[in-house]
Amino acid sequence: MSNFSSNDDALHSVFRRDLRTEWIARNRLHPLHDSVVSAQQGGEVRGPTGLLRKNPHVIGFIGPNGLKRIDRANGSFVAIGGKKRVPSAKDSQRPLHLVENPEGYIMVVGDMIGGRLTSHDKDILGLAHQLAAEKSKVAVVLVCFGENKETQCDLAGVDRVIHLEGNVFEGFAPEAGLSVLQQIETSYQPMHWLFPDSVHGGSDLGSRLAARLGERPATQAWQVTSEKTISRGASGSQDISRTTPRILMLMEECANAVEDTRHEALPLALEFDVSMAEGDHRLIDQGQIDVDSNAVPLAEAEFILSAGNGIHNWDQFHSAAAALRATEGASRVAVDDGFMPRSRQVGASGTWVTARVYLAVGISGAIQHMQGIGQCDKVVAINTDAGCDMVKRADLAVIADSEAILAELTRLAQQRELSKEEEESDAA
Amino acid sequence: MQPNVNVVSLVSIGRHPQSGRSRRAEQDGRAVELGLSLVGEALTVVHVGEDQDPVLRQYAGMGLPSMTVLSQGKECDALPVLTSFLKAQLPSVVLTGVRSESGESSGMLPYLLAEALGWPLVPRVAEILHIKDGQAEVLLALPRGQRRSVQVTLPFIASVDNAAQEARQTAFGPGLRATLHVETVDSVVDDAAIQWEMSAAKPRPKRLKVVKAKTAADRMKAATAKPVGGGGKIMKNETPAEKAQAIFDLLLEEKVVR
Ligand SMILES: Cc1cc2nc3c(=O)[nH]c(=O)nc-3n(C[C@H](O)[C@H](O)[C@H](O)COP(=O)(O)OP(=O)(O)OC[C@H]3O[C@@H](n4cnc5c(N)ncnc54)[C@H](O)[C@@H]3O)c2cc1C
Repeated sequence: MSNFSSNDDALHSVFRRDLRTEWIARNRLHPLHDSVVSAQQGGEVRGPTGLLRKNPHVIGFIGPNGLKRIDRANGSFVAIGGKKRVPSAKDSQRPLHLVENPEGYIMVVGDMIGGRLTSHDKDILGLAHQLAAEKSKVAVVLVCFGENKETQCDLAGVDRVIHLEGNVFEGFAPEAGLSVLQQIETSYQPMHWLFPDSVHGGSDLGSRLAARLGERPATQAWQVTSEKTISRGASGSQDISRTTPRILMLMEECANAVEDTRHEALPLALEFDVSMAEGDHRLIDQGQIDVDSNAVPLAEAEFILSAGNGIHNWDQFHSAAAALRATEGASRVAVDDGFMPRSRQVGASGTWVTARVYLAVGISGAIQHMQGIGQCDKVVAINTDAGCDMVKRADLAVIADSEAILAELTRLAQQRELSKEEEESDAA
Repeated sequence: MQPNVNVVSLVSIGRHPQSGRSRRAEQDGRAVELGLSLVGEALTVVHVGEDQDPVLRQYAGMGLPSMTVLSQGKECDALPVLTSFLKAQLPSVVLTGVRSESGESSGMLPYLLAEALGWPLVPRVAEILHIKDGQAEVLLALPRGQRRSVQVTLPFIASVDNAAQEARQTAFGPGLRATLHVETVDSVVDDAAIQWEMSAAKPRPKRLKVVKAKTAADRMKAATAKPVGGGGKIMKNETPAEKAQAIFDLLLEEKVVR
């Protein structure tokens, strides 16, 4: 059964107002007014000469933004409640969604680009929970291959995880992935298989599984209930509605991601021998090949080295970009000053980029520039000014002169290239 | 050019995204282009469907002396017909588009063919570099303009990505003069698809950005805040070499530097 655990001390932290004392404190003609107010202010204080002293510091209270507020209505609720409600860590934690001894499973095979759940994956996990809610004791299982760097699986709605690591799953290895999915199919007979319909491998793996199991999937599905599925057909010009099949490949924003609950994210056992996954010897992956990183459109580039007003040695910048195989970007100032072409400008009036890693060198982080990098995963800043906005946004900020750091980076990249070449010649 | 391998390109009827008129499908055109660059006029181009469709002449106009049409009605399933055709022909390479532009557009056909024939499948091919000794070296188109090189044993099926060489222009006259070999086949009606309801695509609702703030002050903050990341690491006093190493480690960890 899936239930939500309640936190026991919830009752104690409830803020209770005493309406009667509040009312007496407001009503200066009430016979008990004086005693209530003085109790509230810690009793009356008499000075050495016997005069009644008023403590100006207890008048009023501190508002939410840290400023002192004086309540002219003289009925400061906050003070009268006695203690102000302090939000505890437990309040901000979402309730835990438990699935004990699940009877059914919904498998979500995520893209996990760079080892983390994409927003597409999270939407699909949300949809899986919509489907799971219609029956009881159904667990949503995330199936992922290779490295898993995601730390927020529990918040994204993962009840169970099947995580497979190993060299066989690296790179282009559809047959190895497929043999795992087949093993899961025989062990667990999931209610549904959900895949992202994406170019990152989700639709490929989903199609392979559907062909192997001989089941007709729904592709490009965007509205799914347990009975009916609406999917796009005829290159997106038609909606096809049909009964929901067991294998679904889903478009982006097919449902809302999980937002209100926390999940267990327990590992789910799978008897799988990685040596069995050696897969098809007819397909041999020879690895990614180097493409001209500046030929990749800026909006699509995965890794951008971006230059701003803090670059003084442009030849060095270009050679650093070439050594790191990064796509070049620039701030508007660098473009306006004529150091970079307009097509390289990142930001509100340039290109909105989606890079996974954005390395900003000598860019202050004006809002027009920040808008353009809103979708970047990791931002690294190199800047001399520790207080600038780019440093605040960055996941890793280095406070140093751009020229020195770029020189070091170029050296490191060249060193790595050399050691790789040596390895290859050793192997050959 | 490798004249000794047998290459088949499968083509379908496309749909112009704006006008909705039928046209030469984008990816199928590229599949024909790729086939032509591999074996020239020895390429076999196959269409399953109605033999009278004028769009077939657009494919033929790419410089094909002839085309094969396996004639059947619109509501029939292309898969069994193609499977038996390919089993009889035994080509070394079959090229298709990734997703058709009409019908269900599921993109399942190459996968089902590969499963039925027991051949390997390479998805989203950008280029076939060479075919030698029963092996082909192909480049897969990955997202973000990246390429992956894969060696695959013949015979295989490849779906051709939009990143492949664009289809050449078609010539009207040669297209009309090309011969169509029409074969009538035993076709199977696609029963499941007949029960579906088809309708013009409804625009999908845009996702709204909902701010879940309890107080007005929080909402104000959410509306005016600058995009600020969650407090990253700041390195100030280390040597330049250490700082650069930290950056380089991050690049390696994210696998953007290989
Ligand atoms: C309508 C409008 C649209 C705009 N659109 C865009 C846009 O699309 N894209 C865009 O980028 N801008 C845009 N801008 C401009 C934007 O407001 C900023 O002026 C611009 O982004 C600043 O560029 P910068 O960070 O390179 O330069 P600066 O703000 O001058 O920052 C230079 C940074 O380099 C650092 N620095 C200096 N020397 C060194 C050194 N030796 N080593 C390391 N760091 C050093 C400094 O500390 C500073 O942080 C727009 C402006 C307007 C008004």
